[in-house]
Amino acid sequence: MPLTPVITAHWDQPDSFTLEGYRRNGGYSALAKAFEMGPDAVIATVKDSGLRGRGGAGFPTGLKWSFVPQNDGKPHYLVVNADESEPGACKDIPIMLANPHALIEGIIIASYAIRADHAFVYIRGEVPHVIRRMHAAVREARAAGYIGDNIAGSGFNLNLVVHSGAGAYICGEETALLDSLEGRRGQPRLKPPFPAVAGLYACPTVVNNVETIANVPYIVNNGVDWFRSFGTEKSPGFKVFAVSGHVQRPGIYEAPLGIPMAELLEYAGGVREGHELKFWLPGGSSVPMLTAEHLDLPLTYEAMAEAGSMLGTGTPMVFDETTSVVRAVTGWLDFYKHESCGKCTPCREGNWFIHDLLHRFDQGRGRSDQLVVLDNVCGQILGRSFCALGDAAATPFPSAMKYFADEFEAGTTTPSSVAFDPAASTVFSEVKA
Amino acid sequence: MTVTESGSNEVTVPEGHVAFSIDGVSMTAEKGTLIIRAAEQLGIEIPRFCDHPLLDPVAACRMCLVEIEGQPKPQPACAIPVGDNMVVRTQRTSKVADDAQKGVMEFLLLNHPLDCPICDKGGECPLQNQAMSAGRAESRFEGSKRTFPKPINVSAQILLDRERCVSCARCTRFADEIAGDAFIDLLERGAQQQVGISEDTPFDSYFSGNTVQICPVGALTNARYRFRARPFDLVSVPTVCEHCASGCSLRTDVRRGEVQRRLAGDEPEINEEWNCDKGRFAFPYLTEDRITHPLVRDDNGDLRTASWPEALGMAADALTAAVGSAAVLTGGRLTSEDAFAYSKFARTILQTDNVDFRARPHSAEEADFLRSVVAGSEGPTYTDLQSAPAVVLVAFEPEDESPIVFLRLRKAVTKGTTKVYAVAPWASPGLSKLGATVLAAGPGQEIQALAGSEDVMQALRQPGAVLMVGERAATAPGLLSWAAQTAADTGARLAWVPRRAGERGALEAGLLPGMAPAAWGELAAGVGFPGVIEALVTAAEPEEALVPVPDPEAPESASTEVVPVEDEEPEPPFRALVLAGFDPRDVPDGAALVEGFAQVPTVIALATHHNDATRAADIVFPVAAVTEKAGSFIDWEGRRRPFPQVFRESLILSDAGVLAAIADEMLQDFGPADPIALRAEASTAQPATRPDRPSVAGAGARETSAGEAVLSTWRQLVDDGSMQAGEPYLAATARPAVVRIGPANAADLGISDGDPVTLTGTTGSVTLPALITDMPAGVVWAPGNSGANLVADLGVTSGDTVRVSVGRTS
Repeated sequence: MPLTPVITAHWDQPDSFTLEGYRRNGGYSALAKAFEMGPDAVIATVKDSGLRGRGGAGFPTGLKWSFVPQNDGKPHYLVVNADESEPGACKDIPIMLANPHALIEGIIIASYAIRADHAFVYIRGEVPHVIRRMHAAVREARAAGYIGDNIAGSGFNLNLVVHSGAGAYICGEETALLDSLEGRRGQPRLKPPFPAVAGLYACPTVVNNVETIANVPYIVNNGVDWFRSFGTEKSPGFKVFAVSGHVQRPGIYEAPLGIPMAELLEYAGGVREGHELKFWLPGGSSVPMLTAEHLDLPLTYEAMAEAGSMLGTGTPMVFDETTSVVRAVTGWLDFYKHESCGKCTPCREGNWFIHDLLHRFDQGRGRSDQLVVLDNVCGQILGRSFCALGDAAATPFPSAMKYFADEFEAGTTTPSSVAFDPAASTVFSEVKA
Repeated sequence: MTVTESGSNEVTVPEGHVAFSIDGVSMTAEKGTLIIRAAEQLGIEIPRFCDHPLLDPVAACRMCLVEIEGQPKPQPACAIPVGDNMVVRTQRTSKVADDAQKGVMEFLLLNHPLDCPICDKGGECPLQNQAMSAGRAESRFEGSKRTFPKPINVSAQILLDRERCVSCARCTRFADEIAGDAFIDLLERGAQQQVGISEDTPFDSYFSGNTVQICPVGALTNARYRFRARPFDLVSVPTVCEHCASGCSLRTDVRRGEVQRRLAGDEPEINEEWNCDKGRFAFPYLTEDRITHPLVRDDNGDLRTASWPEALGMAADALTAAVGSAAVLTGGRLTSEDAFAYSKFARTILQTDNVDFRARPHSAEEADFLRSVVAGSEGPTYTDLQSAPAVVLVAFEPEDESPIVFLRLRKAVTKGTTKVYAVAPWASPGLSKLGATVLAAGPGQEIQALAGSEDVMQALRQPGAVLMVGERAATAPGLLSWAAQTAADTGARLAWVPRRAGERGALEAGLLPGMAPAAWGELAAGVGFPGVIEALVTAAEPEEALVPVPDPEAPESASTEVVPVEDEEPEPPFRALVLAGFDPRDVPDGAALVEGFAQVPTVIALATHHNDATRAADIVFPVAAVTEKAGSFIDWEGRRRPFPQVFRESLILSDAGVLAAIADEMLQDFGPADPIALRAEASTAQPATRPDRPSVAGAGARETSAGEAVLSTWRQLVDDGSMQAGEPYLAATARPAVVRIGPANAADLGISDGDPVTLTGTTGSVTLPALITDMPAGVVWAPGNSGANLVADLGVTSGDTVRVSVGRTS
């Protein structure tokens, strides 16, 4: 399957991130088209295109937009979730760096469709260079009349605010993001009401991922049939895959959904030389791991679910045989324990528990009976926490146990650093003095 | 609710209800009912921590997870409303729910210190109890627990032990949702999440104690009760708060003859499940510095301890000689039974109508208002406040002067559609939290501001609107007349909210001149506080006309025509005064009144504690405090709030008991003095009321000259009040005493925030830091009894002029 660069098509041009560069490649032409179509037709188009949310959950975007009640007399808001914090995920940050105007054009069209005159981009605070670039792009767009009053003579007004977070994984959860955006402490809200009914400042709000919105101008410009010519029936379109880990050429590969991991791995130059694949995760640390036997499965929402994993953010992480599964899982749990917001008991305390147990195995001090406890504790979190963070934290261990139980058994006697030399899995491991 | 036999499908679903089943029992409930509440109606207790029926659901603790058919995951029963045909299975019938709950309980105990043996909550702890009912016998956690330094103060009164906290957020939600004092919030994240305060902003909320009561673990404790008792050693008695006219139900917990703590009682129609910190913590006065024995004045003029027979005998002799020439002055804190006893004793034994309970700034207009409009009236209730479209507050700061009224108004505003208007010199914290529309007016300007506001008049005309008038209205001439007239004109319901718990009861007992029941016979019209003060203070001042001035021009023979000065002492204004729980520092000219005691042959005081009046009295009787007798208060609604005797073994006589004993000594029949008999008698002896509303014209604001301002003042909830004595932790949470002054006046004086400002009245002055506040020019505000008692120390009250100067006076 060939790569299909759309969002990433012009990233090789030195000025792809400027207004001029974007316009040279046909940018901002979808806007006029959208204004001509009218908001309802835009929603219908996105709905028909079958675009699914690229933030991880894969919720149909057009459907989400159609939940916003119209003529309710309340302000509507579009909030772009650019809090990309998932371990292994690195696709929204590059999009904003290399093609920020696709995002901005998408924001204008989406805001127009849901009748929002105020949009926000919530960017994680740890990436000041990306925030600066978005600020510059918004400035350019505003100067060009794409943001402000009566955009391109359409009568549509839009104000766009780029907001920086303060560094909390939980703020990637859409309702926690809204709380944070409102100036509160980022913790997930009780649903219902869903953001489409009562989101930002208790007004109807659509929260979409960066990549999702960046897709919109291309869909409007090229039409539903074109979009559906990529991907599968249930997972139409293309995806900005970010392949990382033990591969020759880690990076961004935009390909149709449904491309098998094996092919994507080939594009990335395969597993690093002299090593072989041990396990991989389709979309960040929060999805169950897969192994070599799953390499030929198409990367779609449905196929990954069938294999017991999830497409997630579509950012495959590849690990070769030098990797200690115990160490990898323990590392992820360090992250989840640190990032648990503390609101609900299962996630707050459960992560403390798993973290404690995993470190025992990582240090070779575990007991076999504690593997049962670990599994049980993960089960006590999964499906019982307030939001998906707890579910995510409860995912790595059971999926690792499924394929690598022996490594955890070894953790009853042998520290992972002895069983697997940590240096061997580093990128500089081949470098000899 | 409708419950049918298990398995039956025949359920009639009333309009607005849904049918569902819990653990196989089919039932119906109103739409929107949460599963956890519906289960309670069936008697099924789903364990919970963060859930509280009066707080919005958060579903944070996850303890109440239940299985709902068709849902892939267990769901929080505290946050999900029952739905039509919903099939719910709790831990009783569902393994999923049971496992989920056991899992959450294991997690909750993971980082909990399990220090139950030294925890105040041990024995009454929902965590302890539910760990027993829904927990594992043993923890599987072998790691180290998270630790924090042991308790830290979030206020002088409230201590926080973060290790014990289960992050249920009840306290922070209470502070935010109910009290509106979001001084505490959750900080940090993960297992480090903790309740905390902002630096330098302690949790000085008037309602902070409620957080201790609703904390489901021992994380929040209070300095007053900490380490004082174990719950199972306490005897609990349902009581009623004596501090203000809100009428809160309390639970008084006692051990070894001492009150250990007081909790808010559950009274949905009044205080719901809340009370204020004064009601909760201000009880040490009950045991501190009590008068324990009768006292009589000896030949040296000193008070000495006397036996009861001696003191009663002396009192009986003095009062027998004073029949028809006595006055009975009470404070505003008597139970309604004791108030009735005084009313009856004055009228039937002492044969006098000279009675009054208004030991505070008062007016003749107010007496007329109380007799004609308030006495015997059926006023609006708390429930009416909650459903009122508009509430207009006049001379009344609810948070300071009747805090539970404040809480209910806040609920009406935040949960309902009530709009609050207030006429006040500045937007107090309480008014701000009510989102009140403040008509800025200094004392004397209220009528103009109210009558001139079309919004207010329109609001009052809405059906169900309430006009609330505070006792301070007495200090603004014409204001009570205006309120009565306006209520009649607009149809708004009128409520008079006194500050003290006993005032409404005393009024209903007829403790004002002219209110004697007809059955007690005709009496000459009496005088109340104004008349007594005039007789003892004003009349006592030497008048020049009384001194004969020799006329040098007069012929010598004329001198023989001068009436010779009589040797006999002049008839005293009163032959006896009976004072009940009366503190002269509460009334204008109180010190002079005490000096005037010299003109009265016998002053008899009945009191629990000494004050300037008891120290100047000739005979002093100790009486029972509120825990040592049964009785009732009548709250601002006019609702009777009876309470039992907490210390049943106490032999201390109530006021009524002492009066009956004196009457016995006088060979008079007083009748039974127990509260039940008195209450029954009072219900048949209805006080006479006067039909005419007062119609005093407004006087407008007082004229001030340069360097002067009109004083506005009220007492803050937590202040130097004598019933808050002995509670330093409560006192430390009081709002700081400041002088509030408008920006223009501040600029004239050249002062900024924090600069010392001195207010000088007729008898003294007070220096407090200035706080520049948006308020009308020419008005200053200072708290009534924080640092200085303005009435007693400065001789001024609301509406009087004070001299305002910068810095301290020497």
